[in-house]
Amino acid sequence: MSPILSLHDVSKSFGALTVTDGVTFDVPEGQALGIIGPNGAGKSTLFNLITGGLSPDAGRIEYDGRDVTRVPPMQRCLSGIGRSFQIPQPFDRLTVFENLLVAATHGRGLPERAVEADCAEVLERTELIHVANRPAGGLTLLQRKRLELARAMATRPKLLLLDEIAGGLTEGECVALVDTIRRVHAEGVTIVWIEHVLHALNSVVERLLVLDFGRVIGIGEPAEIMASKEVREIYLGIEV
Amino acid sequence: MIWVDTVLQGVLLGGLYALFALGLSLVFGIMRLVNLAHGDLIVFAAYLILMLVTLLGLGPFVAALIALPIMFGLGWALQRVVLNRVLGTDILPPLLVTFGLSVVLQNALLEGFSADSRRIPAGWLETASLPVGPISLGVMPLLTFLSAIGVTLALQFIFYRTSLGRAFRATSDDPVTASLMGVKPASVFAQATGIAMVVVTIAALYLGTRANFDPTTGPARLIYAFEAVIIGGLGSLWGTLAGGVIIGVAQTVGAQINPEWQILAGHVAFLAVLLVRPRGLFPRAFD
Repeated sequence: MSPILSLHDVSKSFGALTVTDGVTFDVPEGQALGIIGPNGAGKSTLFNLITGGLSPDAGRIEYDGRDVTRVPPMQRCLSGIGRSFQIPQPFDRLTVFENLLVAATHGRGLPERAVEADCAEVLERTELIHVANRPAGGLTLLQRKRLELARAMATRPKLLLLDEIAGGLTEGECVALVDTIRRVHAEGVTIVWIEHVLHALNSVVERLLVLDFGRVIGIGEPAEIMASKEVREIYLGIEV
Repeated sequence: MIWVDTVLQGVLLGGLYALFALGLSLVFGIMRLVNLAHGDLIVFAAYLILMLVTLLGLGPFVAALIALPIMFGLGWALQRVVLNRVLGTDILPPLLVTFGLSVVLQNALLEGFSADSRRIPAGWLETASLPVGPISLGVMPLLTFLSAIGVTLALQFIFYRTSLGRAFRATSDDPVTASLMGVKPASVFAQATGIAMVVVTIAALYLGTRANFDPTTGPARLIYAFEAVIIGGLGSLWGTLAGGVIIGVAQTVGAQINPEWQILAGHVAFLAVLLVRPRGLFPRAFD
């Protein structure tokens, strides 16, 4: 299958610090790719490069067969790249439903009437329908994480980027959230997911990519990656 | 009975102050911009209506209707061309720019219309009144107050029931995240200032028909507007209306006690509210 996202030799430095160093990988359409790596490995930067919040110093980013390296974030969002944030950033004063409406109308360039039913359905799928009319400022952490997911999904993304969405949740909450993500993925949405909670990640993704100091040090089957000596040393800090 | 009359007149006067303040409240609520030229923009709109009335021979209400889209366009352009460039984390640049705008507007009006005080002629409406029991209420003050309620209701509707309003609130909550969602803050802000200028025009209609104005009238209106906004709680529209009414009542009650106390009483009421409720009467739940 043709890749929906491919990065070719993408690099980004902040001053003398290289945070993304010649990163190259493909994500085939419909696949779920997990990205792991120690803190400061450049995972969130990689996301910002893909969504357009940052532009790379070198290299090329292709999405859906087009070069989007210099395309502004708005355009990328409209063409189907949706993302969640590590720290949930809902609009606190808007209700849950309104949060979705804003994301859907502006993220897809459609009038509210056209997206209302769709938003309700996303709330249904992310199990937020019962809090739809509450201000987002009063949600629990799990609900805020679900809202992050729902808001990204409300833009009907072809490519969904999840940034440490399971972080900080209890075991039970994590299972519930992973369940929802697995269902979204089963519907055909391509997912790229940064996560520290490895068992959550590995129960969904088909491939795993390991970043360290901005470099890709491994990509492949999760079981294979987790077993490799290099990954265990660098990522898990285990001397073998 | 004289006190009932005094309070009632104060409430109606409060409608005028609320109209001065609602545009300011709207702009501050959405983009944290304190527009120091707000009062001068009201006076500018009053001159615009006056010109339409005297040059085209229109009635004041028809003239205001024509002025509405013109002022919306001016507000939109002002935001797009000038104010969007200075908005940011630092609140000083927009303050300086709007202060400068205030000076420019005052002097331009002085140049164009001289320092003579003017009034928009409203014909028989100027003196018309309705008897309510033993009290008689002026038709113009009554219309002013009803317009203030109407404007508050309309703004409330835009804010909470429309797509534009949700974009306003989302941008006011978090402009960075909003822009990641595809909301364009620059365009949202321009529409907000356009709407604020529509409110300014309505305020100008009543300012100009009820009292004399000249190019230097603006800053005093700005102070009443500020006080109304702050009494009500920053960013709360109904609060702004209540704030205007409180200042209006304080002024008429003060004037009833001693005519020299009118303005002073309004400011004292403002300070008194600040002492008791430093965040205003209806502060926002999240900030």
